[in-house]
Amino acid sequence: MAEAKVIESGGSPGASGSVDTRTIGAPVLAVENIVVKFGGVTAINDVSFDVREGEIRAIIGPNGAGKSSMLNVLNGFYKPQTGKIHFAGETFPSMDPHFAASHGIARTFQNIALFRGMSTLDNLMTGRMLKMNRNFFWQCLYFGPAQKEEMENRAHVEKVIDFLEIQPIRRTPVGRLPYGLQKRVELGRALAMDPDILLLDEPMAGMNVEEKEDMSRFIMDVNEEFGTTVILIEHDMGVVMDLSDRVVVLDYGVKIADGTPDEVRANQNVIDAYLGVSHD
Amino acid sequence: MELIYAVLVQPFVDMYLDPLIFIETVIKGLMAGVLYSLVALGFVLIFKASGVFNFAQGVMALFAALTLTGIMEYLPDGLPKWLSVIVALGATVVIMILLAVIIERVVLRPLVNQELIILFMATLGLSYVLEGAGDLMWGSDVKVLDIGLPTDIWDIGGVYVEQLDVTAAVAAGSLVAVLAIFFTKTRIGRALRAVADDHQAALSVGISLQQIWVIVWSVAGIVALVAGIMWGSKSGVQFSLSLIALKALPVLILGGFTSIPGAIIGGLIIGLGEKVVEVFWYSVHGGAVENWFAFMLALAFLMFRPQGLFGDKIIERV
Repeated sequence: MAEAKVIESGGSPGASGSVDTRTIGAPVLAVENIVVKFGGVTAINDVSFDVREGEIRAIIGPNGAGKSSMLNVLNGFYKPQTGKIHFAGETFPSMDPHFAASHGIARTFQNIALFRGMSTLDNLMTGRMLKMNRNFFWQCLYFGPAQKEEMENRAHVEKVIDFLEIQPIRRTPVGRLPYGLQKRVELGRALAMDPDILLLDEPMAGMNVEEKEDMSRFIMDVNEEFGTTVILIEHDMGVVMDLSDRVVVLDYGVKIADGTPDEVRANQNVIDAYLGVSHD
Repeated sequence: MELIYAVLVQPFVDMYLDPLIFIETVIKGLMAGVLYSLVALGFVLIFKASGVFNFAQGVMALFAALTLTGIMEYLPDGLPKWLSVIVALGATVVIMILLAVIIERVVLRPLVNQELIILFMATLGLSYVLEGAGDLMWGSDVKVLDIGLPTDIWDIGGVYVEQLDVTAAVAAGSLVAVLAIFFTKTRIGRALRAVADDHQAALSVGISLQQIWVIVWSVAGIVALVAGIMWGSKSGVQFSLSLIALKALPVLILGGFTSIPGAIIGGLIIGLGEKVVEVFWYSVHGGAVENWFAFMLALAFLMFRPQGLFGDKIIERV
């Protein structure tokens, strides 16, 4: 069972009790006035927030609030019509998936997006793609420098496998794994990238209580041990409130609250959005 | 009664009575099948990586063969044969890779995220552009492609085997072996399989789709070159070469659109079936089955096993 983390009510992140030994740094990623439209539908309307180094940042909101769209903006799948993204000391109008991946942003998907025909090991090895730079020629020959590089990256992947406790399924094609394990392999692929920032789109959707506890523990361990910044979309409020340092709440594409879990919990707009009041 | 006898009994009696002819037919069929397989292989590669059915694959084989003969004509006569063949082959490979880069830039990139049918239509257009370009650059005469492949006929205990066919089989076999190693052992191969499985996930781990497409089209171009050489050496480089793309369709239906072994086995089955039916059921159909037999077989497969022998079974939740 995961060790519970204490977040003092109303306290600023990083200053919480003795259990939390992490250091939360300056913002590493920030979005400013982001607007995303699909034809006539505005998925995200003028949303700004920042993410600090080493924190767990949750994005919550009812269905269709624009949470996944936001994540897609952050790793470059969607190009916002207006707005800015501050990242890696620069400002961009939009991200590019390759740039994001090569600058330490890894992600998982709401609907599992694994390479189904490949084994767990191969799936995780794809996460090392950008770390392997030997040229095409050596790659084709598969010996010499390329083989050494493969071994080094393999060693890293084995560490991730140990960490996530998925040794027994290393050689299993992922298409055959049960849902909960697939989610875990997907997290593993993201971790294999050695990310600075981890984007998780509903990592616990459809899991039972035990699987949720495991997943929560992995997310907290990644955050604490490696100092990885985590941005998390999740519907399970218990999990969100336990895990996260700060929470952004979206509703109909608009940011309606931003703060610590306790601040958000007490916010009238949030209560209205979740319990439902007429929008007029 | 007579018909049933002619269909079900007589051919097998013939096979038994004249085993040499039977063996020769089988070998001939398998060799023709190898060539079908080569063309189908190019289709499968591109289909796996991008879901695009590349109608231009046949024309790419023609284009490659035309380019090869064209370049060989331009080389000075004084050059030793082997040197000019190597130079021309190298130049053609470079041109096929350049072609892949151009196709990615001009055709695929602007159409990214469009419906697959639109990409298919684009490859249809591409096939006409390539055919025209080949005609423009190298002329429309039938050309003899001679890169020094053996053309003799072996007599093995009364069975005649064309050396060219054997060369084609060996070439196809080594090509498949190289591709298999490339796909399973290298980083690029892993990236290719990743893209074939899930585009979004591939992007999220930093695989560049553009780069992968260039590689896939280059490999398909080189496969087309090998196919073009084999067909060209056999029957001359002419524009009807582009029509073998149509023969690859039934091969794909048999083998499954996403399976490399499927493309090989499918090609062999169709080649074999064509020749054996042509020779031993001659009294029933009176000849010329080669034009339609493959399509009949494909039709039968569509009825009973639409995903092909090795294709992914489509299971959809409703």
